Amino acid sequence: MPTISVDKYKLFEALGRKFTKQEFEDLCFEFGIELDEDTEEEERPIVDGVQEPPQLKIEIPANRYDMLCFEGIALNLNIFMGRTTPPNFRVVEPKDGILQTITVSPECSKVRPYVSGAILRNIKFTKDRYESFIALQDKLHQNLARQRTLVSIGTHDLDTIKGPFTYEALPPRDFKFVPLNQTQELTGETLMTFYENDRHLGRYLHIIKDAPVYPLILDANRVICSLPPIINGDHSKITLNTTNVFIEITATDITKLDIVTDMMVTMFSEYCAEPFTVEPVKIISDHNNQTRVTPHLRPRVTHAEVDYLNSCTGLNESRESLCKLLSKMAYVARPSDKDPNLLEVAIPPTRADVLHQADIMEDVAVCYGFNRLPRSSPNRGATVAAPLPINKLSDIVRIEAAMAGWSEVMPLTLCSHDENFAWLNRKDDGNTVVRLANPKTLEYQVVRTSLLPGLIKTIRENKGHSLPIKIFEAADVVFKDEKLERRARNERHFAAAWCGKSSGFEVVHGLLDRLLLMLRTNFIADGKDAAVKPDGYWIEELNEDTFFHGHAAAVYLRLGGKEQRIGEFGILHPSVLEKFDLRFPVSTLEINLEVFL
Amino acid sequence: MAPVSADPTGDIALAILQALANTDQLLSTEAFPNVPFDTAKAALDRLSSRSMVVYEQIERQEAILEAEAEEIVQHGSHEARVFEAVHKALGGLSISDLETAIGDKNVTKVGQGKAFREKWIKKEDNKLVALVDTIEDVTRAQLQFIKETKSHDAKIIADLKKRKLLNTQKVISFKVSKGPKFALEIVKEETDLTADMLASGSWKAANFKPYNFKALGANQVSGALHPLNKMRHEFRQIFFETGFTEMPTNQYIETGFWNFDALFVPQQHPARDLQDTFYISDPLTAGRPGPVSADDRQNYDEYFENVKQVHENGKYGSIGYRYPWAEKESLRLVLRTHTTSVSAAMLHKLAAKKGPDGRVPPARYFSIDRVFRNEAVDATHLCEFHQVEGVIADYGLTLGGLMEFFETFFHKMGLTDLKFKPAYNPYTEPSMELFSYHKGLKKLVEIGNSGMFRPEMLEAMGLPKDLRVYGFGLSLERPTMIKYAIQNIRELLGHQVDLNFIERNAAVRLDKD
Repeated sequence: MPTISVDKYKLFEALGRKFTKQEFEDLCFEFGIELDEDTEEEERPIVDGVQEPPQLKIEIPANRYDMLCFEGIALNLNIFMGRTTPPNFRVVEPKDGILQTITVSPECSKVRPYVSGAILRNIKFTKDRYESFIALQDKLHQNLARQRTLVSIGTHDLDTIKGPFTYEALPPRDFKFVPLNQTQELTGETLMTFYENDRHLGRYLHIIKDAPVYPLILDANRVICSLPPIINGDHSKITLNTTNVFIEITATDITKLDIVTDMMVTMFSEYCAEPFTVEPVKIISDHNNQTRVTPHLRPRVTHAEVDYLNSCTGLNESRESLCKLLSKMAYVARPSDKDPNLLEVAIPPTRADVLHQADIMEDVAVCYGFNRLPRSSPNRGATVAAPLPINKLSDIVRIEAAMAGWSEVMPLTLCSHDENFAWLNRKDDGNTVVRLANPKTLEYQVVRTSLLPGLIKTIRENKGHSLPIKIFEAADVVFKDEKLERRARNERHFAAAWCGKSSGFEVVHGLLDRLLLMLRTNFIADGKDAAVKPDGYWIEELNEDTFFHGHAAAVYLRLGGKEQRIGEFGILHPSVLEKFDLRFPVSTLEINLEVFL
Repeated sequence: MAPVSADPTGDIALAILQALANTDQLLSTEAFPNVPFDTAKAALDRLSSRSMVVYEQIERQEAILEAEAEEIVQHGSHEARVFEAVHKALGGLSISDLETAIGDKNVTKVGQGKAFREKWIKKEDNKLVALVDTIEDVTRAQLQFIKETKSHDAKIIADLKKRKLLNTQKVISFKVSKGPKFALEIVKEETDLTADMLASGSWKAANFKPYNFKALGANQVSGALHPLNKMRHEFRQIFFETGFTEMPTNQYIETGFWNFDALFVPQQHPARDLQDTFYISDPLTAGRPGPVSADDRQNYDEYFENVKQVHENGKYGSIGYRYPWAEKESLRLVLRTHTTSVSAAMLHKLAAKKGPDGRVPPARYFSIDRVFRNEAVDATHLCEFHQVEGVIADYGLTLGGLMEFFETFFHKMGLTDLKFKPAYNPYTEPSMELFSYHKGLKKLVEIGNSGMFRPEMLEAMGLPKDLRVYGFGLSLERPTMIKYAIQNIRELLGHQVDLNFIERNAAVRLDKD
């Protein structure tokens, strides 16, 4: 969720009153935003001898792009409190009827296909407005535009450049310009090197770096206005004194392009000589059927069902009353003439988050007050509770193990490849373990296929504990399984580890016997060689490098006549102890529980 | 030669009694200077448990002279030695003569400086001459006093300590006096009733040592369940009490489809970033969703296509996200970031069920299981944690009904006065965060997230439009950390947990505390 900092007292001024902290928190809570911090009582930075005025840091839901700046927060809260009505955003063509144009070259499809434009005429910037204008671009770039990959915004002083404009894509070597706040001319190629280590811009270079052509916005005199999504030209930069702002926005995603365009112009058209008006720009882009005039700013008109709105919220409001509620969230709604169950709802261009009448329904609930909604009982369809069988089984085993004097631990599921294999003297056959593609550390390379690494690490981290240490875990390991849709499956295991001055081999053996006794599984002393073949379990000496030779056994189970190995126990090999930095002997037991389902 | 006693404290105890016979009070360090502290204490405890003596422990700081100080006591301070040498030599001494006279370079150097400062000597024609006839060697006198009494004025002690001439140490001694049952002999006392005593009848005449009712009993060698699982058990019970069926969440690896697309999370959503989600490199690609068993007759291809359409162009009354939806992204494998992926699969299965009235039947599902986030690990974030998740599907559900459900559900955990805040979540609309006032922290604490699943998600599965579905989730770790005032999640989950914490952790009774 983005957090927006606004000047506390300027916001209160815009909202027409002062609020105590509690009052403002309550307002935010009701609306669905969150007051994160009020810096009034804190030490605030002093810039140029002036202390920063108190700031409110407000968390905005990730889909409310219309509240990413001071103007949007003030507007939406004012509408919510009924202090103002939603503005009527208008597109106003210039008096001579001749629109500025941006002609798109087909080459742009190779790198960044879409563009839109808009002009804010006779805008009056102040320092605060200017800073908010820049900050909004930044917030949009970070959030909706996904770090400029999807959309990026360029703003220019229209009086320094001259239309008609073109949106072209040229090989990086074939153009040069002075980037914003620089003095030397750079080509596309040298620019990539110049900004390589730039803290701010460096992270955007990859978006176009390896493209055969770089996108450019040019004016009629071939002045380069910007190199999206990296940087504008210095020539056309806006200042506090700029009065006519040319906004060009480029994108790889047309939907998000339109949303960003709408946000930029609706938030700042307030400051135009004629508030809430925008001069449109014609985009000529026949090669991909994107010739159009931007922005259009027309509300999207949709229908909402009255019975749906009422029934989901548990309310029983009239159509008129629902319309009135919706006006608090900037909708213009009226009862439909055609259908008594419908409202005609005009969704303003600022509310890009509204996709379905479910969103309108939520706003009815917000406007009514979430905490005031009637607590009507949901239908109580008779449902019967039931545990998941494998969880029920492993709970039985967990409780038996604890009753036998063992303590339960919950290590992590992710571990390093070495911990899962090499350190246990086990080999990775390539068909067993699920590997992570993007872990941040070596600790998380694979999903464990055994519970042993976690148990052993827990012992390692508890060197101060009195001996013996007796711990267990009943949890899932994961194996690759190419037959399944998800190509992997979980398997519930039980494992225990003893660490003491002596090996504890017969203790973990005893725990196995105890658990299997509790699971009604008989011990067959003669093992698989017995003459009769009843169901039950037996153990056989095991030669695996994880364990001390001669002191390990595989556990076999015959159930319904089917024989299978379900696990093993033994004294860990001294080389395993060494890898995990353990100084006392350890014996472990690990079995698959799924077979007992 | 006296026989060696098997129990040295026995001898000491007797010696203490003997010593006390002729005096009302004694100090252990004086009466028994060579008996180690532990031995003396054990003997005294033994006697005092029988009320034969009473004692109190006295702590005292003692000053101990360093080697240099011992030397000063013996020969005088450095400055005094310099003065004596200079005074003795008529006509003064050159500096090298002085060193020869004293025979110690360091003493000469240090003593000379001090003697100058004290104005005992001065330099005249390259020779040192005495200015006074006699001096008082204060340092030596102080150290002498300390050597005898082991203490002095606090200021003097501090000063000498600073000069590294002495050290102080804590000395513990016992002030012992007669108890109500004082006697010169220790009567044998039994500590326990044994089978032998019952057999022989000796218990009748035996003297039993009084039991120490102020001490803890014997340590139990017990097993323990993990605190998080104890919390999980409580939550699970509440779910069972309210008619919920546990979901098969034993599936950590998920596809982008079930983890995100099915939940109407767009493919460019930040949650799908490499920064937030663990992707799988081996195996690399998932299969398309399909039947999981022979009797599964649902049309998965249609569902897959519905999901694509609702994202790409909109459907079911939604304008959708309007972006090119990629199957490839949907078939990437991930470590599930929430158990809602399993809820989605369960709701999709529910769509194929028919109740007695021929409609999809109501359902209540829950799970408490592990989820994974590619987070930087810190005190409150681990890349694994447990999600508690609940789903209620029924006809005519209202938002207020969800609040009422929470009031009942959390009341069972002793949480009242819930507050509901509108929130945003890509797969629920309305979405709300739950807050509860925490008495200890004195503020509203977020306890969970909830909402009604979006029609875009449900209708794509083929669920009827009037079947509404609540979903809610919270982490298991957070309430557990608040409950036990745990600051660092690594002290709760993972291999760094202190086993003593697990072993000594009280039972979880959410309704009680």
